[in-house]
Amino acid sequence: MLSRRMFLKSGALIGCSAAAHPLLTTMSFASAPGENRLVVIILRGAMDGLDVFQPYGDPMLRKLRRTISVGPEGGAFDLDGFFALHPALEPLLPLWQGGELAFAHAVSTPYRDKRSHFDGQDLLEAGTGEDVGADHRIGGWLNRLLRAMPGAQSETAYAVGTDEMKILGGEARHKSWAPEAELRLSAQAQRLLEDVYHDDPLFRQAAQDAIELADQGTGREKGPEGDARALGLFAASRLNMQTRIAAFSIAGWDSHARQEAVITRALARLSAAILALREGLGGNWQKTTILAMTEFGRTVRENGTGGTDHGTAGALLMAGGAIRGGRAYGEWPGLGEGQLYAGRDLMPLRDIRAYAAWAMRNLYGIESGLLERSIFPGLDLGADPHFLA
Amino acid sequence: MEFGFPELAAIRLGFGLSPHMEPPADADAILASVAVAGPGPEATSTQDARDSAQKLAELGKARVEGGEAEARARVEFARQLRDSRWFGLAHRIARAVDAPSGFGERLVQFWSDHFTVRADGAGAQRLALAFVDEAIRPHLNGRFEDLLFAADTHPMMLLYLDQHVSVGPNSRMARQNEARGLNENLAREILELHTLGVGADYSQADVRQLAKLLTGLTYNTRNDVTFRPGMAEPGAETVLGQSYGGDHQANIDDIRAVMVDIARHPATARHVSRKLAVHFVSDDPDDGLVAAMVAAWRRSDGHLPQVCHAMITHPALADGFRQKARQPFDYLAACLRGLGMRGDELRALQRPEINRFLYLPLGQMGQKWGEPAGPNGWPEEVGAWITPQLLAARISWATRVPAHLFDPLPDPRELMRATLRGSRSEALARAVPRAESAREGVALVLASTDFNRR
Repeated sequence: MLSRRMFLKSGALIGCSAAAHPLLTTMSFASAPGENRLVVIILRGAMDGLDVFQPYGDPMLRKLRRTISVGPEGGAFDLDGFFALHPALEPLLPLWQGGELAFAHAVSTPYRDKRSHFDGQDLLEAGTGEDVGADHRIGGWLNRLLRAMPGAQSETAYAVGTDEMKILGGEARHKSWAPEAELRLSAQAQRLLEDVYHDDPLFRQAAQDAIELADQGTGREKGPEGDARALGLFAASRLNMQTRIAAFSIAGWDSHARQEAVITRALARLSAAILALREGLGGNWQKTTILAMTEFGRTVRENGTGGTDHGTAGALLMAGGAIRGGRAYGEWPGLGEGQLYAGRDLMPLRDIRAYAAWAMRNLYGIESGLLERSIFPGLDLGADPHFLA
Repeated sequence: MEFGFPELAAIRLGFGLSPHMEPPADADAILASVAVAGPGPEATSTQDARDSAQKLAELGKARVEGGEAEARARVEFARQLRDSRWFGLAHRIARAVDAPSGFGERLVQFWSDHFTVRADGAGAQRLALAFVDEAIRPHLNGRFEDLLFAADTHPMMLLYLDQHVSVGPNSRMARQNEARGLNENLAREILELHTLGVGADYSQADVRQLAKLLTGLTYNTRNDVTFRPGMAEPGAETVLGQSYGGDHQANIDDIRAVMVDIARHPATARHVSRKLAVHFVSDDPDDGLVAAMVAAWRRSDGHLPQVCHAMITHPALADGFRQKARQPFDYLAACLRGLGMRGDELRALQRPEINRFLYLPLGQMGQKWGEPAGPNGWPEEVGAWITPQLLAARISWATRVPAHLFDPLPDPRELMRATLRGSRSEALARAVPRAESAREGVALVLASTDFNRR
């Protein structure tokens, strides 16, 4: 027989996860912290930065890659005489020309050598070094940012879509909703449901948010990039109100074979999301910084199947009206013999977290000590890359 | 009201209680029922999948050469093939609602997720069904090494993780065509996800060596050769300190040998036992439980019924009650089973109904059928499934769909009794009789914490 103790135990377990936090009860509508907006897009599956921002000015690129990343000759758009933009990002070319799109090459998280997507993504979202074991990673770095922002409320940050966003997980309350979600309940059904969920904090809070957000979805969008466009439009709708930080993910970057087809589809979705943000944000676009980050880059050499395998350093894409775009940030490590990491990957020259940290410092005034110790434990901020206008 | 081991097992190890049958009496009954989860009458084979992919290609050619009628024929056939994903979903739920204990079907879900594949495009859809019928269902009651070998050499896995195009750098084929070469995707996921686990002691060199050893495994729709020596890297490869091949022409026996060794590696016993415990018992399983499962694994060389027996008979099974949430597929299956739907009624659903009542809702609940984001499959933590948008999708389904499928709806009080028995909470018992309609009463039961946790 199932004992009473068993029920009590599971009840107690549920109970203790309801740690009271001041943010849980804050419901006033004081103005959110400032007007600056930050959107983080997690590119799951390892985007090949060398194909997105092709360093065609490095003569080694043509030797290492024969069918992919062939630069302007293959239809890529020359950006500065050294780098070229992948043809599938043509819709973003006007942003580059208008100073609203930029990138940094040779960046990485502290993750090294095992090249696992899932470990890599966990570390990217946790924002820690590898010295912090998976068991001790408490939530994501955007959540720790919320705790450091005076006046942050649950509305301040949004996880958008139906994918899990560990980057926002943690103690500080945030909202989450998907563009296509909806909920219709009679007054009585709502009351009864609240009773039924009352003793289970996870369900109670989720239902409370769902009821509050029931009509806030922006709906589905048609076409192959419709889901990405819907994510951008919904995020924009929240950022136009109390929200200042939004995160969502775009998957589909794992291009081991037939990379041209794989990356073209993924880039179309990424540009649809960015353009939807710009469209939806209107005047607020000028106060918006978008960081699109991936778990790691891909091998410098094209593999035997028209694709690339898991690598180390990759590229960070920055967009938005608030950035100083139209330029490449960071040093170029080179692709020659002895310049690669482990003889196969782009050499990481800068911690990708430093860019995110400088964005937080400049957008929200977070002190460097807090950034290097709490939000990104172990990070060396280094010099400001000055990528914000 | 009663709540003993049979009820606990039906909820934790199966798809919940059914008004049509009594739950399994004990651990032996549960383990015996796994045999029922073998390939069924609707099973698909690689040969079926190959035939249909070939037919699609021929229709494609005819379209190029022919006229409008040929083009229509191809569109129609491609639609039929894409529909296999929808009908596959209805069939899978049909087996879940009819299963005596449900544990076998839950294992099908578990192993299909452990060995995640994803079929892209019309031509591959039937192959994804064949993967479950050929690689997963026949091996639920055997040794892990047989399951591993079947799953990781199945054409669907070879396609998904690009093994079919991976060629040894010094193979005959690479010497003839220098554009062909190695792809390390499958080798990496075998070590990281399917066997040792990412925390284990292996290196990039092991990944690379295993990738070379796997060359030769291939698939195409035109013929049924699954191993081509001309693609294989000649010479010996060393994986985890053990050397394979080298003194003979590369062949599939070397691949079988390395998989057996990796399957019996202590790190694999730990990683896979713990993963089972996380799935069935708790997001943070008891160390004693995992140790008992690992011991059973080591004793039996990974004989899965013995590993499962250790889990089912461990006190942690009861102690962890309600620490897990039903994943969306399990949730829909449990709702329909609890409402009394029969497998044949699910098999009779047409594509638009499957879409409205099952396929689209699963996506809204965060588990788009057949489209996991990556080879690591779906998340396990309760918090990943119970977010505002995903819970809203469950509540909406519970409010809207049962009334379309059942006329009349069951009495909500009866539904509560039948699906939860002694485990229903006081709060739910108070709320259900106060619902304004049968529709809302049914929704309350199915949306409740009691029903969503397991």
